[in-house]
Amino acid sequence: MAGMETLSFTFDGGAALAPFAPTLVGVVASGNLEVLVEPAASTGCRIDIDTSARGFGGIWEAVLRDFHARHRAAGISVSIHDMGATPAVVSLRLDQAMAAIQGATP
Amino acid sequence: MSAASESSWTRQRDDRAARLARAAALPGVRGKAVAADAAVALLEAVLQPGDRVCLEGDNQKQADFLARALTQVAPARVHDLHMVQSVLSLPEHLDVFELGIASRLDFSFSGPQAARLAQLLGAGKLRIGAIHTYLELFGRYFVDLTPKVSLIAAQMADRHGNLYTGPNTEDTPAIVEATAFKSGLVVAQVDRVVDTLPRVDIPSDWVDFVVEAPEPAFVEPLFTRDPAQISEIQVLMAMMAIKGIYAEYGVQSLNHGIGFDTAAIELLLPTYGERLGLKGQICRHWALNPHPALIPAIEAGWIESVHSFGSELGMEDYIRARPDVFFTGADGSLRSNRAFCQAAGHYACDLFIGSTLQMDMQGNSSTATLGRISGFGGAPNMGADARGRRHASAAWLKAGREARAGLPGVRGTPRGQKLVVQMVETFREHMQPAFVDTLDAWKLAEQAGLDLPPIMIYGDDVTHVLTEEGIANLLLCRDDEEREHAIRGVAGFTPAGQKRDRALVERLRARGVIRRPADLGIDPRDATRNLLAARTMRDLVRASGGLYRPPRRFRNW
Repeated sequence: MAGMETLSFTFDGGAALAPFAPTLVGVVASGNLEVLVEPAASTGCRIDIDTSARGFGGIWEAVLRDFHARHRAAGISVSIHDMGATPAVVSLRLDQAMAAIQGATP
Repeated sequence: MSAASESSWTRQRDDRAARLARAAALPGVRGKAVAADAAVALLEAVLQPGDRVCLEGDNQKQADFLARALTQVAPARVHDLHMVQSVLSLPEHLDVFELGIASRLDFSFSGPQAARLAQLLGAGKLRIGAIHTYLELFGRYFVDLTPKVSLIAAQMADRHGNLYTGPNTEDTPAIVEATAFKSGLVVAQVDRVVDTLPRVDIPSDWVDFVVEAPEPAFVEPLFTRDPAQISEIQVLMAMMAIKGIYAEYGVQSLNHGIGFDTAAIELLLPTYGERLGLKGQICRHWALNPHPALIPAIEAGWIESVHSFGSELGMEDYIRARPDVFFTGADGSLRSNRAFCQAAGHYACDLFIGSTLQMDMQGNSSTATLGRISGFGGAPNMGADARGRRHASAAWLKAGREARAGLPGVRGTPRGQKLVVQMVETFREHMQPAFVDTLDAWKLAEQAGLDLPPIMIYGDDVTHVLTEEGIANLLLCRDDEEREHAIRGVAGFTPAGQKRDRALVERLRARGVIRRPADLGIDPRDATRNLLAARTMRDLVRASGGLYRPPRRFRNW
């Protein structure tokens, strides 16, 4: 999409999650974002971001490093479609997605 | 005789009589009644160069007809006026400087005109005496800024010149009192002249002239917040405010800012607050405009009293139906009063909670931004410890104990303290960080040649900083380093927040100086909009039993 910035981060360490179905939370709307979490074959945590707000790579890295430290989830792939959400909203959506996955795990 | 006239003690009264005589000779002036098309001539007759003039510009109500008339006087006759008014809201409030009618200004708040004010100052079109709080400016009306002529706004007048200022009484009593009792002249624009007033707000012998304006005075609905725009993060922060501060201190009396974050608190009382069993324990008495967002809490029986600075369009019938809660006249309508409500907010409230655009690492906060000279209105009085307060309450005593525990000497003398909470998301719109190492206010002071950086609330008055990341209780900090890292510790991913000393922040958290949502037993995932007692304007109307009538622009159904 024109004007979008693409970022990608990988974090190592943590424990693989029990099998789970792909989980989607949030909405694509101004100041908000959509988060899709899927199982991945790799052992790490890979996060791909499309964002309408350019130039905030440093803040994304800090927010996502914190997320990874909180959940220590491995074997997942996270796709984020961001429309200028603040770090608070990003963290909230990520936590909501993880809660939905863990809640659904038998 | 000549000695007596040289040392006259009635110069101001004599001057007033001369001006009244000039006005009486005008066509279009009959007694106190002035025809609308004679308003400009009246002003030219009663004004003299160098006069101090209060052109009533309140936070909401504007003497807009008289403001336009003032821009039409001949600058050759009327010039170098010294304007003393609380709010600069209308373009006319600055046109008088551009046109050479006025040259000096003392004021409190210039929100909508802040950028143009900065330009005119830069162009040498005016000199600013000082930027005041509301109470401070009203105080000076009775000391060294007494108006010679006041141009005020009322809803109605009777044939004698009694005035009904109604729900939006706001600044009028303070202005008229200062002017009428110091040999000044009071000119009122009214929406209508009637035979019998609903009630008398300003007695006729304090009023010299009444002009029926062709259009009703402009009133702005400044305090209506559409609940549909409240975010989950604001819900989360409101939960933290209620559980982590209001319940913790047992806050009974309070003042709220005007943002969506404090509207979220108002809308969470009957839901989340109820669930915590706090009804009757907190938030019983308010110094606050009649925010529509209060309706659900009032209807649920949380709120015993609300005294107001001004009114809010659309709330008239609801207020009229709830006289046990609001201050109303014998006629049933609200009587607001900015001076008294500011005094109430300063001296009689346990807590102020508001927001800011920037906060530095000492806790100083400011909404001042470059290229704008805006002032802060009432916030500095609401958001300051009332050093003169002597009556005790549980919240005030607890805050005082926390601030003074273990301090030696005079700093340890037992006293209470007002709770002053700054509630800010770490990032504002467009990812502007709310936490900064240096406030823009410093650069603005340099640019505009101000004596001091325009700080809205000083860091040593702030007791708590509340962000989505947690609450920093500054009362418990014992030195500047602890204070700095308590603030950095809730400043999120802003550059200032990322500069935190993580070990020190964890020590502060262990001591309860910083409390995260989890420390308060709050799960951020529970912070959904479903917790709001009203989620739309329509919900507010419904909660009011149809008594609240939102202005058209807020009606989206």
